[in-house]
Amino acid sequence: MKQSNAHIAILMSRVRVEEKLLLAALEARAISYELIDDRKVILDLHQNGFRRYDVVLERCINHSRALYALRILNDWGVPTVNSYPAALTCGNKLETTSALIRAGVPSPRTRVAFTPQSALDAIEKMGYPVVLKPAIGSWGRLLAKVNDREAAEALLEHKQVLGSYHHSIFYIQEYIPKPERDLRAFVIGDKTVAAIYRHSPHWITNTARGGHATNCPVTPELNDICVRAARAVGGGVLGVDLLEDPERGLLVNEVNYTIEFRNSIDTTGVDIPGRVVDYVLEVADGN
Amino acid sequence: MSTQTTCPECAADITLADDTLQGEIIQCPECGVELEVMSLNPIALDLAPEEEEDWGE
Repeated sequence: MKQSNAHIAILMSRVRVEEKLLLAALEARAISYELIDDRKVILDLHQNGFRRYDVVLERCINHSRALYALRILNDWGVPTVNSYPAALTCGNKLETTSALIRAGVPSPRTRVAFTPQSALDAIEKMGYPVVLKPAIGSWGRLLAKVNDREAAEALLEHKQVLGSYHHSIFYIQEYIPKPERDLRAFVIGDKTVAAIYRHSPHWITNTARGGHATNCPVTPELNDICVRAARAVGGGVLGVDLLEDPERGLLVNEVNYTIEFRNSIDTTGVDIPGRVVDYVLEVADGN
Repeated sequence: MSTQTTCPECAADITLADDTLQGEIIQCPECGVELEVMSLNPIALDLAPEEEEDWGE
């Protein structure tokens, strides 16, 4: 357990199980902290109102609030977990995939198109089934497994007509025939501290959607790909989601930057909130 | 010592645990609605905000 004289701010709104666990870890280390409600905070861009904090831990539920708060804090020179570049890259699947590819981290084949017609052309060339995802989204929301042309045409029209403009950025990914599970690995700094399998007969395995977790041993191979993925997207405290392709092995699907871990502590035996807090204190102490 | 209050939706009795924090989300044991602890002193519960499009990890 790390000790520190740092003064920490936690930017958050609702107190979820994860926030309670993080606060308990801070209390156990007798760390001085303040909670800042993202529903009440006002940021005067001309004046750094966060000077008294050695680090800010971001725990917003809203990705957009987290993103812009981190932008402002980092522009002021306030250390944050995670950083604005990590939030920007992880919060948008298009950004994430592009960063992974640039870093040579294996990921599923992905096409992007901006109109229903060009998206349909892309899908037909990739071959069915494909997966459509909004570039920005989480918890398995608005994912579509597209099995044939009729479904593709309908989905593309629905997204264009019913969605806001960002639903017309068509992010199209190959469907990976994974073995009824995927992996979530927790990377803190340069180490994969824990990992779980998320099992579900449904192709969407998020635990938010009912997938159940079992421990996944962190092998050197898993650690290597996860740490490389974490570095590619900006590093910090990250949740790396991986798929097992029958031929290509581990592929990184996406990376999460405001991690949820309530189902993973007992499953893995790793004190994830404690490890997160120790990392935050290292950032506060300038490491 | 835990604390009694009532659900703003269905008026069922709700007992808050000792370690309840302001801003915490709890579920009404009767009607199942999600509630947020708006304040502890005095105790005030309200319906929790519903999932928005940019919520998540």
